[in-house]
Amino acid sequence: PGDTSVLAGLYGPAEAKVSKELPDRAALEVLLRPKVGLPGVLERSREQLLRQTCEAVVLGVLHPRTAISLVLQVLSDAGSLLSCCLNAACMALLDAGLPLSALFCGVTCALQPDGTILLDPTARQEQEARAILTFAIASSERKVLMATTKGSCSVEEMQQCLAAAQRAATTIFQFYRDSVRRRYSK
Amino acid sequence: LRRSGAGLLVTTCGLLRHRPGGGGAYWVDSQQKRYVPVKGDHVIGIVTAKAGDVFRLDVGGSEPASLSYLAFEGATKRNRPNVQVGDLVYGQFVVANKDMEPEMVCIDSSGKSSGMGIIGQDGFLFKVSLGLIRKLLAPKCEIIQELSQLYPFELVIGMNGRIWVKAKTVQQTLIIVNILEACEYMTAEQRKQALAKLSGN
Repeated sequence: PGDTSVLAGLYGPAEAKVSKELPDRAALEVLLRPKVGLPGVLERSREQLLRQTCEAVVLGVLHPRTAISLVLQVLSDAGSLLSCCLNAACMALLDAGLPLSALFCGVTCALQPDGTILLDPTARQEQEARAILTFAIASSERKVLMATTKGSCSVEEMQQCLAAAQRAATTIFQFYRDSVRRRYSK
Repeated sequence: LRRSGAGLLVTTCGLLRHRPGGGGAYWVDSQQKRYVPVKGDHVIGIVTAKAGDVFRLDVGGSEPASLSYLAFEGATKRNRPNVQVGDLVYGQFVVANKDMEPEMVCIDSSGKSSGMGIIGQDGFLFKVSLGLIRKLLAPKCEIIQELSQLYPFELVIGMNGRIWVKAKTVQQTLIIVNILEACEYMTAEQRKQALAKLSGN
């Protein structure tokens, strides 16, 4: 635990290109750069997931015809990369002071062959698992913003993973609160 | 803080502050570096282009602001102000909402310039966070009082995070710039120590 790290940079609201600007809301763009190599199809699909999650919380109507760019650089990957990216994205949005309607956090669950649920698996545990589920959970009433599954599992197992993830989300939101408190107390 | 439906929604992170006077006001004090144009704010803009009768200024927001050449004190169609690309201009916003391009003027409501207009040659422009600007613009700011005891200097503070400083020599200007930039993270004690060291030199 603690070996996956992602660096997030947020730029905006800045001037958008005429082809990309939306007349009533901000155009959000996410760029995910892997540690080695060029971004491929996997990064593109993750970028779209992140983008849709962020669009659900960012109040884009306050900044029409602008572009908000979020750039994520993977520094090291030891499992649970997508939820690490989600958490980094949320902290970047918080830090920049962009208007948000809710906070969100990412939690990964791995379903092992014997049915036990592991939260925030390492790369090794991810490979051995039967299914990996990633949830983005909002801070208001712990609603689910985004869910991604790799592998197969039954509906009950998914519900159990979701409940476990919602409990874990509380810890992550407390961490956000502590970090922000430390920043503002200086 | 925004109103949503029947309740209040908090949209940024920061410290919740309350002002008891009048009807009372609550607001969230947040630290940001990105500026969003607000009507009535005095800002420093950099002229990027001249498009006919209007100058385009970069104010650090999402769009360039526009400034008409007639919006200076004593400007008429015959008597145009001498503004070149790359000049610094200090003005206030007269139109600034999310849907339209922001517009600036260099005169206030009575037609006088009251310190606004083109900023002269020399001096140094640098960018700080908006929180530091608010601290510096508070009525009795210790930082500015302490600095003025060190050297005499001219200071223009823009609400968009830009500060322009001019002192007698280049070295003094740079010292002031470094102190202002470091003020964001130094406590009052460290600042007094740094200034004491400098005035001793």
